[in-house]
Formats: sequence, C-alpha cells, structure tokens
Amino acid sequence: MNSPRRDVAIIGVGITKYGEHWNQGLKHLITEAGVRAIKDARISGSDIELIVGGSMSSGMFVGQEHTGALFADYMGLNPKPAIRTEAACASSSVALRVGCMAIASGMHDCVAVGGAEKMTDVYGSQATTALAGAMDRDNEAYFGLTFPGVYAMMAKRHMHQYGTTREQLSLVAIKNHDNAMHNPCAQYHRKIGLEDVLKSPLVADPLRLLDCSPIADGAACIIIVPADQAKKYTDTPIYIRASAQSSDTLGLYMRKDITTISANIHAARLAFQMANMKPADIDLAEVHDCFTINEIISCEDLGFCKKGAGGKTVEEGETQIGGRIPVNTSGGLKAKGHPVGATGAGQIVELVEQLRGDAGKRQVSGAETGLAHNVGGSGSTVAIHILSRNRGRA
Amino acid sequence: MEEKAVSFYWRGFKERYGLVGSKCELCSRHFFPGRVICPECRRKGKMHEHRFSGKGKVYSYTVIRTPPTGFEIYIPYVVAIVDLEEGARVVSQLVDVKPEEVSIGMPVEACFRKIREQNQSGLVLYGFKFRPLK
Amino acid sequence: MAVGIVGYGAYIPRWRIKSSSIAEVWGSDQGRTNSLVDEKAVSSLDEDAATMAVEAGKSALLRAGINPKDIGALYVGSESHPYVVKSTSSIVAEALDATPDLTAADLEFACKAGTAGMQMAMGLIESGRIKYGMAIGSDTAQGRPGDELEYTAASGAASYILGSRGLIAKINDTCSYTTDTPDFWRREGEEFPRHGGRFTGEPAYFTHVLAATRALLEKTGTTVEDYDYFVFHQPNAKFPLKAAKTLGIPAGKIMQGLLVSQIGNTYSAASLLGLAAVLDVARPGENILLTSFGSGAGSDSFSITATDLITKKRRLAPFVKNMIAVKEYIGYAHYIKFRRKLKGAMR
Repeated sequence: MNSPRRDVAIIGVGITKYGEHWNQGLKHLITEAGVRAIKDARISGSDIELIVGGSMSSGMFVGQEHTGALFADYMGLNPKPAIRTEAACASSSVALRVGCMAIASGMHDCVAVGGAEKMTDVYGSQATTALAGAMDRDNEAYFGLTFPGVYAMMAKRHMHQYGTTREQLSLVAIKNHDNAMHNPCAQYHRKIGLEDVLKSPLVADPLRLLDCSPIADGAACIIIVPADQAKKYTDTPIYIRASAQSSDTLGLYMRKDITTISANIHAARLAFQMANMKPADIDLAEVHDCFTINEIISCEDLGFCKKGAGGKTVEEGETQIGGRIPVNTSGGLKAKGHPVGATGAGQIVELVEQLRGDAGKRQVSGAETGLAHNVGGSGSTVAIHILSRNRGRA
Repeated sequence: MEEKAVSFYWRGFKERYGLVGSKCELCSRHFFPGRVICPECRRKGKMHEHRFSGKGKVYSYTVIRTPPTGFEIYIPYVVAIVDLEEGARVVSQLVDVKPEEVSIGMPVEACFRKIREQNQSGLVLYGFKFRPLK
Repeated sequence: MAVGIVGYGAYIPRWRIKSSSIAEVWGSDQGRTNSLVDEKAVSSLDEDAATMAVEAGKSALLRAGINPKDIGALYVGSESHPYVVKSTSSIVAEALDATPDLTAADLEFACKAGTAGMQMAMGLIESGRIKYGMAIGSDTAQGRPGDELEYTAASGAASYILGSRGLIAKINDTCSYTTDTPDFWRREGEEFPRHGGRFTGEPAYFTHVLAATRALLEKTGTTVEDYDYFVFHQPNAKFPLKAAKTLGIPAGKIMQGLLVSQIGNTYSAASLLGLAAVLDVARPGENILLTSFGSGAGSDSFSITATDLITKKRRLAPFVKNMIAVKEYIGYAHYIKFRRKLKGAMR
C-alpha cells in the first residue's frame, strides 16, 4: 500500500447520547451529531466539501436508503456531495477511511465523516434479522443462525481451545460497564457484577444478555482536514496516523480457525506499519466488543496480549483504566451502546476526547496515542485507526 | 421480514435438499456451497458437482434462544458448524438432541427437515440439518 | 415378469406421548382403553410428511443399492401433505436425487394411499415402462384435541422401492376391495378430520379388510396356513386382532407387524411400517400377507414372499425395532406445541 500523499487530522467531533431515543428519528440523530462536530471544529457548514456517512441497515431499520443524501440534507449542507458507506457494524470506520482518502488524495480539504443508526423502530426479532444481514445470509442466517450465535460459536471454540472461562467473559462486561459510568453519552450508567451476568438470560449459549451489546440509536460525526492545515482551526488537532482495513470471508464457517479473526491480524499489521508503531506504543484502545468474546479475541489479534491469553489479560486488570493497556474506556459497545452504523465513528470520538485530555473521570493519564478497532460482521470487515497527539513524520 | 420472490428460494433447493457442493478434481478440495472456479487452482482446476456424504463432526455450536423472524417457534434450537468428512464446513441446525448433550467433536449425520415456514400461506422451506450419528 | 420389493425403509420420529398424558388432560381413560395404544410417535416441529418420506426413502435406497436416477415413478401417499396444492412427491424426488426423469404424484386415500402407490408402481414395472418405482406412505396425522383420535393419530413413514430384479421379497399378487363408505373424512379447509364413531368398525374396516384378504387368498389359491406373517392396517390394536381372529389367524402370526400400541396409528404408513417390521426378521422363503385399509373406503391386499437376498440387504438400514426403541417422551403441553395446535402462537 502506498503512503498517503497528505496526512489527515481531526479538528472536531460530535456525538449524541446512545440509547433509546423514542422521539428522535435518523435525521434528528445525525443532525445533532453533525452540528456538534461543526461547532467543536469551529468551522462553518459551508467549509465542508464532502460528507461520508455510514449506516448499516437503514433500509431494514427505518425503511430509508439513500442516507448520504439524507445526511447532507438534514445537516443543511446541500449541494455538497454525500456518500453512504456500508460495512455492517464497521460502516462508519469505513466512512472515516473514505474521508481520509479524499483528503490524502488532495481532492478535498474539509470532510465530515460519521455514521448513524436508528434501531429501535423495529421489534426485537426484526432487529435480529436485520443484524443477521451482516453475515452470510444464504448459508448462515438461512438456517436460523443469529449474530449473537456467530460470536457464541467463536466463544465456545475459544473456551475449548484456550480454556477461556465464563467468568473472564463476564469480566469484560463488568469492566466496560464500570467505564461507562463516567461517560455521559453512554447508554448505561449501571454497574454490574458477576452475579448479574450469570443471572441474565441466555441469548446464544454460552453468551448471556449481559455479554451482548445493546440495540441503540445514536450518531457520531468527525471533521477532518489535511494535517498541514489543522493548526488553522485548533491548537489540539488529533492526527490520524493510520487508517487500515481488511476483509475476510463473509461466512464464519468458511474460516480455518474461528478463535481468531484474520482480518484483525491483517489490518493491525497494516496499521502499525503505517503508523510506524507497535502494540506497546498504544496508550488506550477502543476494541469492538459487540460481544464480550470479541474483546478477548481481538485484544489477542491486535497484539495486546498473546494468543489465547485474552481472558487472563482481562482477569488481571491489564485492560482497565490504569492498567497496562486500557481497553474501551468509553464503556465500549457493551455499555456505551452499539448503534451499529455510528459505532466506528463513536470510537473515534472517544479517542479524540482522551487524547485531548477531555475525558474527565475516565481519562487515561498522559494518553498520547490511541487505537480504534471496528469489526463488520464476524470479522468480514475490520477497520483500524491509530490516532495520536503527535503528527509523527513531518 | 419481507419474504423474497420464489426464485430466491428455489435456486437453492438442490444444494440444500441434498447437501450438494463441488469438488475440484485437480486439488481434490471440496466446497460448500459449490463454486464454479477453484480458488486454489483457478483456471487450471476442474470443478464437479459433489453430493456430500452428510457425515461429519461438530466444530463449534451454540443454542439460539433469541430467534430471528420466522424461527420463533423453534427456540431453543442448536446451530453448529459441522466439519464434513470430505473437508468442507457447513452451518446447520442439530436436531434430535438436547442442547446439553451436544459437544465439540460429536459425530453427526445429515437429515432432511423443514428449515422454516414462510407463514400460513407461504412456502415451506426444506433442507439439511444434522443429528447425532446413530 | 416377477415384481417385488428391492428395498424398503422406515422412519419413526423420536418423540412419544403416552396415552396416559392425554387421558390426564381430558379426564377420561376411554380413548386409551378403546384403542389399546400405550404411546404414539409425534413428529418434531420441523418434520412433516415430506421430510419423513425422504428419511424413509433414503433407507430404502440404502437397502436397494440402486442409482436414485433409475427410479421411474415416485408416489407419496398421505392425508397430511404439507401443501393442499403443490406436490410432496416432487420434494421427495428432488431430495432423493431422483429428478428429473421420472413421473411423480401425490396420492390420498386415507390410510391406504401408500399401498395404492405400490400397486401403481407394480403396473408400470410389469408393463416394462419403468425399471424401479418408489411408493411411500407418510403421515403426521392430526386428531382434534379431546377427540378419541388424539390417542392414536401418529407420525411415521415407510418407503418401498419396487422392481423386477434384485428382489428381497417377491410380490406374488395383489387385489383390492373398494366401496363408497364414508367412515372418516376431512373437508377442504378443515383442520381436523371427523369420523363416524362405531361406524368405522363393522361396515368400514372389517368389511373391507376381510373382503380384500379373502379375495387375495382365493385368487392365489392359498390359505391362512400358507402364510408366516399377517400385517393389517392398525388404527388401534383391537381391530387387527379381531380381523385376525375372524380369519382364523393365530395371534402369533400377527404380532411382529403390529406396532400400533407402541407408536400409534401412522395412517398411510401404518400397514407399511408393519410390513417393514416383518421384513426386518423374515427368513428367505417365508410368506407374508399384507392388507391395508383406507377410510372412504378400500383395502389393498398383497401376497409377498421373502427371497434369499433379504438377510443381507436388511442390515443396510435401521430396523423398525430400533427406531421404536429410540424415543424421548413429551408431555401434553409440548405435544400441543409440536402439533401446532396453539392458536396464535409464534410461528
């Protein structure tokens, strides 16, 4: 892969609270996040040259496609061009990556990227069906497999091969709920304990309700510009040091080993190479914990611990705030919420707040560099971004 | 969920009724679902239709308790990834077994079942599932 | 030309409900004492007449050892076809890899649709039009909750591949007896059948079973003594036992094929499953007399002789005895769910 011709920096972010927004539709959510990001960047809407917005399944959730146009329209940005990206739960990370390409290529100088999902206007089984569209519909969903089911099979196998325990899965959820206590935009502000997880109903064995990220509404938006121009807008631009993406088979069943996500490994290698960094250089990470097992598997794949040691790493507190590598300081998908199309952009918002030193009680002290890891489907798409206060190479 | 037109389901009947995939005569690899081109041998490969024996082992599994639309009446049901003896893998339900009796490595064989019914007036969709090998 | 059975296969679903579980709900033991059925086989939620027909068909193919593409005719007899319009037989033919060069049709003649299919296949084989024909009886029989039928209406399937070579049992002859006798019926759009109560006995079952059996004995010049086994349609245990007694058949010759007490009345499959249980044990040269009965009403009677091949071939697929033994009991609540008798339930 060639190096970008121009480096990219983030000058503003905006996010809605995640949760059940009964009186807000998709357009309200994206407008709220967009306006906040524009305000945060201290720019005018007319500065924005391009909008790239992710949404996973607006068609099934609210019956609306063509959400690129919707985003531009409701953010008051017509006639600026707008693109919708879709890569299941990685839709808005991919939007950021497309935005980075637009800047790096020299084609645009100011891009609004983000994502939104309105998930609560359908009933539970319809949401389950829509989310199942992220996997191989013909060969997995057709037989009644659900999204939690996919990760449950990964968990079963991980437990079988590496001895990962039920308790270690629970500890991921407990940690992320603890972190969310201090995140005002998180869906849940509720501490949970081991007993709560074990008492929560089984969704797909061995995963219980409290192993699963919740259905949520939400939106997030990020304003990016060329790194060379960033200081024009802000004293604390956050530099995008790497934007990497990899693909793998749509179906989980096609993979040789389901205790790892090969697109994780591939994208991580690319990202670290681009940023000229190694896992130990990362001060905090937002890791795609759509289900508790995924945080364990992905921490291994990203190189934060050895293969098979993901469970132990959580158990030993290494991923807590104050630990060796704090993971999901925002509360993660688990407790912050998982409005699928907004999730990747939301992870970036958390990293920006942390790297600016604005994360309040959940602040990782001295954080210079953060990594955001966003998964589409069972790992068919993985997008990784590395952000830093430092621009790195000049 | 809006049901698709009949063609969508009908196209998959043969594959799903008989567990029919493909085999590359050159490298002897088996594929399910069937492929037109062998990803290994590409143009040199020679793909043939292959009817799998239906014998295999459980690679991993789960018990679905929160169902998607159309599967509500069947919960709880077991879904597994099955390693077929020829070397391909498939996702399918395990039947005639209690969830607590399933284990990784368990030998299973294919059987013919209803996958789901569209609704009172729609199609009945059939296909393979697996049961413990007798 | 000799015609006979080249392969057979049985299928009995795994679930059972005890008559006592039904009796407990309805507060009467009458259904049980009238039928002498202790428990009956219940198909799972994902089984129907088509899926069970395929399973029985697979076993028949295993025993026959033929290429499924050589099946020239496939008939599925059932009174619980999954569709009112849309063939079960094409589903079965596709699943068994017998398509596309064959004729197929769905048959309905209450509990004798399976044996009617056998006669149709025999004709095509004897005339030289086809090499092999498959006849299947398969039913997931319905009984109205609380009705006497609920104690007996059961699920099961049996499949027979007929041909002229590689016979495991020769069919010596067949004959039928048919009149218009409405002892049991179900109108279009109705969920459950109705029946004539005690009228199902004398004018219906006994008249037809006895007449067809006597006609066959006369036609073939044989007597009760010439047969080692008798299999009669078995809507309950009392009827076939009484028919045997009337014909002077010792009870010992009927027990091997009498499954109803353990699995209930599997309708189109009932007499054919009985025959399968007999073929599971018959020695070469032994003679079997089979008489089905279908409400409406008619009986088909067959004279069958096991050949030398039977001992080798029958080992190639599961025995009826074992399928009866592999079972899991469900209570009345699960039974109601399995049979989809819960109004307004999630589908």
